[in-house]
Amino acid sequence: MSAAVSVNNIIKTYGKKKAIVTALQDISFEVKPGELFGIIGPDGAGKTSLFRILTTLLLADSGTATVDGFDVVKDYKEIRKRVGYMPGRFSLYQDLSVQENLEFFATIFNTSIDENYDLIKDIYRQIEPFKDRKAGKLSGGMKQKLALSCALIHRPSVLFLDEPTTGVDAVSRKEFWEMLKRLKQQGITILVSTPYMDEASLCDRVVLMQDGHVLSINTPQQIVNNFGKPLWAARAGNMLHLLNDLKQSEAVDNAYPSGTYHHVVLKDGYDEKFLLQKIKENNNELEIKQIQPDIEDCFMKLMR
Amino acid sequence: MNNDKIITADKLTKRFGDFVAVNEISFDVHKGEIFGFLGANGAGKTTAMRMLCGLSLPSSGQATVAGFDVFKENEKIKKSIGYMSQKFSLYEDLTVKENMRFYGGIYGKSDQFIKDKTAFVLDHLHLENEGNKLVRSLPLGWKQKLAFSVAIFHEPVLVFLDEPTGGVDPVTRREFWNMIYQAAEKGITIFVTTHYMDEAEYCNRVSIMVDGSIEALDTPTQLKRNYGAGSMDEVFLKLARKATRMES
Repeated sequence: MSAAVSVNNIIKTYGKKKAIVTALQDISFEVKPGELFGIIGPDGAGKTSLFRILTTLLLADSGTATVDGFDVVKDYKEIRKRVGYMPGRFSLYQDLSVQENLEFFATIFNTSIDENYDLIKDIYRQIEPFKDRKAGKLSGGMKQKLALSCALIHRPSVLFLDEPTTGVDAVSRKEFWEMLKRLKQQGITILVSTPYMDEASLCDRVVLMQDGHVLSINTPQQIVNNFGKPLWAARAGNMLHLLNDLKQSEAVDNAYPSGTYHHVVLKDGYDEKFLLQKIKENNNELEIKQIQPDIEDCFMKLMR
Repeated sequence: MNNDKIITADKLTKRFGDFVAVNEISFDVHKGEIFGFLGANGAGKTTAMRMLCGLSLPSSGQATVAGFDVFKENEKIKKSIGYMSQKFSLYEDLTVKENMRFYGGIYGKSDQFIKDKTAFVLDHLHLENEGNKLVRSLPLGWKQKLAFSVAIFHEPVLVFLDEPTGGVDPVTRREFWNMIYQAAEKGITIFVTTHYMDEAEYCNRVSIMVDGSIEALDTPTQLKRNYGAGSMDEVFLKLARKATRMES
């Protein structure tokens, strides 16, 4: 089966001569049909530029890309018919009501709310009680649900979601990802970007990006497996003191806080027993255990 | 009033018509503490923070910030605090030095103070060579660290940080928290909101708001014990799932 999205050596720069900012530096990857594909990276990684190129709203400096088999430059009209795009910034009509916004987008794509209601009903039902309210008067969570409904109303084959969970609390984030899983079951290919590393594990495959570069493309599990070294979690009575001791130890390659524990990577040739010996005197209640790395650990390792 | 307390809130309430955005919250924040202020979107965090910053008058209850009354002395409160958010921090079209000059000036600091402090901050952040560059041209990670330094440029007793690390890469996020620790050690009280639950673990104490009320307030260790949870993420989910009201 051919790829739902194919990106080949895309380069994008902004500005001229002296002040050139390179947003995307030779990016290539493929997304399979029906895949839930995550683009994971902090602000400035190039996520939005990439989405705008794939949705035919921005031209790359060089490289090629296809969506649903169509070229993003040559066949832009065809692509616009078949993709749904939810930008990071709320971009519906604030002075139209919830229902008017949805009708507007349905009409533009020569369809109706009734025709594709089954696709959006899960999401739209939650805001339907407020269908006469102006979009500008909705809460953040409700705006998000409306924007997603509008992006889906023409039954797109590929859905682009640019940072849908940024600034959203932990509970709402979980709910949003549950919605995405249900959409995936409908066979829609979904590309979703996020700065939250923990969301990577909810995707089929991810690309980790930083400053316009690809750090890794793989399944979340394989990225974790590729960490390659044992990861240790340490804690003690005084965490700040422990961190300083860890950073100064000859056995430690890298140490950084991660929630309740500090995560520690040892240098080759050293083991945790050696480390324990060295630092246990000055750290009471010291505990060290081996743990599985998460995507954030991997991201930080790849950044170095 | 106890001098050790930098914030006291007693049944602090804000109503908008029939809607009670903040419902009788009572808590204290101690000097030099890193206080995490958590809650789901729409729980009332922003409204509560606006009252504590002297930007919004409470409907009822009492509160003092840095020893000043939120009803009568809100202008004095504004002078005593620093504020930084992910959305609003620095002027992109001013240089690094101009931003410091601007903020120092707003807070009425002398030319000499601004000059010395600017040199100190640039040195501390290893930005000696970037002082005359536009903020726009700096990498994002630097901007965020610079924004924090500017928020405490006038040496406030208390700084409010509203989601300061949103969208920041994991390495910079940790460097940022290192700066928070350093500021707290110098006696600056930190009042911080975040959606990253690992960061909640770095706070001395954490409060969690649900539907306008503070549902829990304790050290991260004690909160996890109380709720039989392995992480602050679990604690947060247990509490925030109880929310019934629609976010505003």
